[in-house]
Amino acid sequence: MMHASMGTQGKRPAHLSQLLSFVRKEFRHVLRDRKTLLILFGMPVVQVLLFGFVLSNEVKNTQIIVVDHAKDQASQALIEKIKASHYFTVVADTVPQSGVAAAFRQGKIKAALVFPVNFQNDLLHDGRNTVQVIADATDINLANTIGNYLTAIITDYSRSQQPALAMPYVILPEIRMLYNPELRGAPNFVPGVMAMVLMLVSVMMTAVAIVREKEMGTMEVLLVSPMRPALIILSKAIPYLILSFINLLAILLLSTTVLDLPISGSLLLLLAESMLFITTCLTLGIFISIVTDTQQTAMFVSLIGMMLPTIMLSGFMFPIEDMPYPLQVVANIVPSRWYYVIVKDIMIKGAGFSAVWRETAVLAGMAAFLFIVCVKKFKIRLA
Amino acid sequence: MNAQGRPSYTIEADKLTKRFGDFVAVDAVTFNVSKGEIFGFLGANGAGKTTAMRMLCGLSVPTSGKGQVAGFDVYKQTEHIKRNIGYMSQKFSLYEDLTVNENIEFFAGIYGLPRETIRTKRGELLAKLGLTQEAEKLVGGLPLGWKQKLSFSVAVFHQPEVVFLDEPTGGVDPVTRRQFWDLIYEAADSGITVFVTTHYLDEAEYCNRVSIMVDGKIAALDTPTELKKQFGVGSMDEVFYQLARGAQRGGA
Repeated sequence: MMHASMGTQGKRPAHLSQLLSFVRKEFRHVLRDRKTLLILFGMPVVQVLLFGFVLSNEVKNTQIIVVDHAKDQASQALIEKIKASHYFTVVADTVPQSGVAAAFRQGKIKAALVFPVNFQNDLLHDGRNTVQVIADATDINLANTIGNYLTAIITDYSRSQQPALAMPYVILPEIRMLYNPELRGAPNFVPGVMAMVLMLVSVMMTAVAIVREKEMGTMEVLLVSPMRPALIILSKAIPYLILSFINLLAILLLSTTVLDLPISGSLLLLLAESMLFITTCLTLGIFISIVTDTQQTAMFVSLIGMMLPTIMLSGFMFPIEDMPYPLQVVANIVPSRWYYVIVKDIMIKGAGFSAVWRETAVLAGMAAFLFIVCVKKFKIRLA
Repeated sequence: MNAQGRPSYTIEADKLTKRFGDFVAVDAVTFNVSKGEIFGFLGANGAGKTTAMRMLCGLSVPTSGKGQVAGFDVYKQTEHIKRNIGYMSQKFSLYEDLTVNENIEFFAGIYGLPRETIRTKRGELLAKLGLTQEAEKLVGGLPLGWKQKLSFSVAVFHQPEVVFLDEPTGGVDPVTRRQFWDLIYEAADSGITVFVTTHYLDEAEYCNRVSIMVDGKIAALDTPTELKKQFGVGSMDEVFYQLARGAQRGGA
């Protein structure tokens, strides 16, 4: 009795020590489960590297061939210029027209460049001429990018030749790619991977961790204990908050060092917004854990209900502007859709809080709403 | 926290009732349990045992009637009740992926015991259970009998006024069951009131008093000896059978 009554003296420290015991125990669960731990910390690393190096749309040393019907100074100069760029590797520059199809079929090349006969003469006389760019459009994105890059090199060349001629008739659009002039993949997917990984860790891990206690029967023991239900949930969430934060730092570190993607905006703001997003996800995870009874259901709901919308509707894979209207509306309830915009704005555009306050407000609203629903639902469950 | 004018009974239930809509799960049950008593709570599945126990543990608010546990009201003082009871459920209630030491440390921790107290008492307990060698091993690897003994010891580690045991010996062999009951007697001797539900009728014989619930009501309540005399039979098994035969609900 002596010990039991100790909890009543000085409420605060008692609650704090309960909380600490609980958080310590949660960390033990996580750290002991090597497989989950590996997934937890291996996944972001693998994803960042995978998206960074394998799945990138960037054009680097793309193999092309040249069919040069002209073989004059102008065509040679242009070919040299293309060879000099690190985007393309010219495999062969004296291929006959008939060899083009075969080269594509063998899959050796991604594009072919064809110069017409009398390339230089026509250029000098008419002030204009055309070269043909043939690209392998089985990969649409790559074909587009190759087209753009080649156009850029050719335009650059023709302008360098023409200032003396001062041709006022040729209007060349000058396209500037803001924030990401090299059209690199990293700025696009790093925010996406951040949203995905944080979502996965915070929502699924939290949901599963709470439901596991229900399934094992230990939740009953916890509810009979003097530990308040809100405190139980809080102690369940804290370890995942910390783990998510570590993951966040790992992704940022990888993207700045390995992928050379600097953080243009305020790091502090980025971390603060990320904590808000993680909190939203944690409340979502807790909500799932309240409405489900088995680990399997919880995992399923988290995966189907959260992962898929995150990938499909956050704007990371497909632009939201291009979606049919109903889907655009649905996308608005996906938390990562807002976080994705925030991260892109801060990390890549270097925007400040004034640019992302709306998205921030939406996320905060979601977190508050979910929290209230959780508290209400949890009480009903207990009665 | 122990108020003066503390009642002579550790558990008091006076016409305690729980309804779910039209269904009366627990129908005006009345009983008292003295300090240090081992009180058996029997009944077929669906008789209302679990619901009654949940009300006494502060997990479920009664619909009507009065109830006190360790001197605290089951309506208003559930927080105090929780601090003064221990609980062991029919599902195994320790964490299999934590070590013996870690389990004890955790459960004692959420009951607010100071760390030094936990350390000393833990050592004593493990020595008593003969588990000192296993202290750093994961609970998941222990034999079921040991797990159950450990689970009970954890439930009374904080010296509660009452310990509620919900079918604690499911799936354990008779020898281990006997050893388990030795632990229960020891706890009762130290002044802990034991409230135990069970399926095993031979276990009912070990209790000081036994109540048998049928269809939400208490159909019989007395010492095992008296009950057998009343029904003119030789074992608790037959007492139970005679009472449960008339049950309207549940399957047994």
